[in-house]
Amino acid sequence: MRYRDPWYDALAAGWGEGDGTAVPSAPVPAARREGRAGPAGGAAAEVYLEVQRSAAFQEVRSRYRRFVVPAVAVLLVWYVAYVVTATTAPALMARPVAGAVNVAMLAGLGQFLSTFLLAWAYARHARLRRDRAALELRWDTQELTRGVRGGAS
Amino acid sequence: MTGDHQTLALLLFSAFVAVTLGITTWVSRNRHGSAEEFYAGGRLFSPMENGFAVAGDYASAASFLGVPGLIALFGYDGVLYVVGFLVAWLVVLFLVAELVRNCGRFTLADVVAARMSERPVRIAAGTSSVTVSVLYLVAQMVGAGSLVALLLGRTGGGAQAWTVVGVGALMVIYVSLGGMRATTWIQIVKAVLMMGGTVVLTVLVLVRFHGDLDRLLLTAAERSGHGDAFLVPGLKYGGDLTASLDFISLGLALVLGTAGLPHILSRFYTVPTARAARRSAIWSIGLIGGFYLMAIVLGFGAAAIVGPDALRESNAAGNTAVPLLALDLGGGAGSTAGTVLFAVVAAVAFATILAVVAGITLSSSASVAHDLYASLRRRGARQRSEVAVARVAAAGIGVLAIALGLLARDLNVAFLVGLAFAVAASANLPVLLYSLFWRGFTTRGAVWAVYGGLIPALVLVVLSPVVSGSPDSLFPGVDFQLFPLQNPGIVSVPLGFLAGWLGTVTSTELPDEAKHAETEVRSLTGAGAV
Repeated sequence: MRYRDPWYDALAAGWGEGDGTAVPSAPVPAARREGRAGPAGGAAAEVYLEVQRSAAFQEVRSRYRRFVVPAVAVLLVWYVAYVVTATTAPALMARPVAGAVNVAMLAGLGQFLSTFLLAWAYARHARLRRDRAALELRWDTQELTRGVRGGAS
Repeated sequence: MTGDHQTLALLLFSAFVAVTLGITTWVSRNRHGSAEEFYAGGRLFSPMENGFAVAGDYASAASFLGVPGLIALFGYDGVLYVVGFLVAWLVVLFLVAELVRNCGRFTLADVVAARMSERPVRIAAGTSSVTVSVLYLVAQMVGAGSLVALLLGRTGGGAQAWTVVGVGALMVIYVSLGGMRATTWIQIVKAVLMMGGTVVLTVLVLVRFHGDLDRLLLTAAERSGHGDAFLVPGLKYGGDLTASLDFISLGLALVLGTAGLPHILSRFYTVPTARAARRSAIWSIGLIGGFYLMAIVLGFGAAAIVGPDALRESNAAGNTAVPLLALDLGGGAGSTAGTVLFAVVAAVAFATILAVVAGITLSSSASVAHDLYASLRRRGARQRSEVAVARVAAAGIGVLAIALGLLARDLNVAFLVGLAFAVAASANLPVLLYSLFWRGFTTRGAVWAVYGGLIPALVLVVLSPVVSGSPDSLFPGVDFQLFPLQNPGIVSVPLGFLAGWLGTVTSTELPDEAKHAETEVRSLTGAGAV
């Protein structure tokens, strides 16, 4: 059976990765403090609490939220504004721009365009600013939980 | 509409059925039938494959036939309608796809139940997921019946009923025998066919107008009889305040509901990592966005080339706009090219319905077996394999969908799709977002969020003009209409969020910090994800 390694896939696949044009994200401190083993004898729950408190995780989480919260706000406001204007102010939407193209057509195309742009921006942000740090955290967390449970899980 | 193109359409459609049944047999050989295999197709699909499958799952016949028809008859208002279906994908991409892939195993309830007391949460989330799926499924089944009548010219009740039964039987076979792997490949085949057909038709429309979109729009506006008003919102959704509010409500339901559709969420479990889930969402945004852009061109093309009178004559709702356009683009009835194009479009439309019902059946059988059965089973009862239960559940849902589809076949059920989105937005999305992002969320909050969105959405629809009190309603003879809007979203979505918050602040249960930490760490890093 062919076996596709998801870990390999997680890092190696993807467009434009490491093509030299991308700005590498600032290094993120490790979740595991060096020279200290995991919480010996503690429960797996402790591990997740410890990782959650770690600077590395806080950084990944805030990078995610700093992108997603404004982006969701912008897209909802822009979409609701579009729908409300279209249904309540058709006169404004009917204003001609060029030929048969009017404000309504431009606004509709704008929605398509902004969707494509935001999706591209999100994918790029996640790829460059989050993926590597998240994968390291994943490894570290799994190492720690394995240590707690005693043996390979 | 009788003649060669219908025979050819039937042949092409039989070929599609044969190929998909072949796929089902092929993927179901040598499988042990593990839950991983049945619900998630082994989780080894590539992002591109899954992206196509998501697009195939999402674009139902309502998109392929309905949207161009809406545009051909009402102009710009069809564009207004379609934008919501696309913008919704950003909510899926930003808030749901990766996090759900990391936290859950098979269903939406997995994500919520990980933090909460499992039984009540699973029952609540399972119930609302099954409700959404059944609403969506019935709309598709009824659509399948009327589609046959339209495309094959057989308006007799017999053909319609047999189509509903046949579609139901096929979807049960796909799902129970092939599980997620077969369903995914059927979606991919369908998505490729649909995109291919749409590209060909769009190119032909553009060639007809020598690439001059301006002339296409002007001709469409002129032939529609509405003039410039055709290119401006207001022909269908405009008018008084109620109509505006109704459309805003529908738009809200579309944008927020997609992220709560169970059959869309379960698609993200078929890829190995969160990153692959993100990339499949990106693929599907590209495919769906491209598809809708072409659907807009086809809609205006049908208005300009076929003309609204011929469209209305064939089907009052405009659902035959694309097949008629294809016939005309190929050279009209009787020409070989026209016959072939019509047959291709009809076959793609059938394939669309089959693929969509298979996807929904699979995800609702997962909700029944993995959430409801596992929680409601009496303790000590003989433990059956969950997959066996899911296969039986798929057959049960198939029978239910056939029965409801037959009962409702003469009713105007177009509102059911909007309602499915509204229920998904009011019952599934609040509980999902709260569990992923709110530290203090509790079990009572989760249960209240689900029922607090589900019950108002359903009650408001029962009290709305789509059920009673207007000539177009389900029961025109009686009048218990109390709520003026057709879509409940604008009221029920805030109610769902409010109920979740209220349930949480009034519960005595202390939120479990460790469980929240686990959900948060897992959702953002993928640690411990299966």
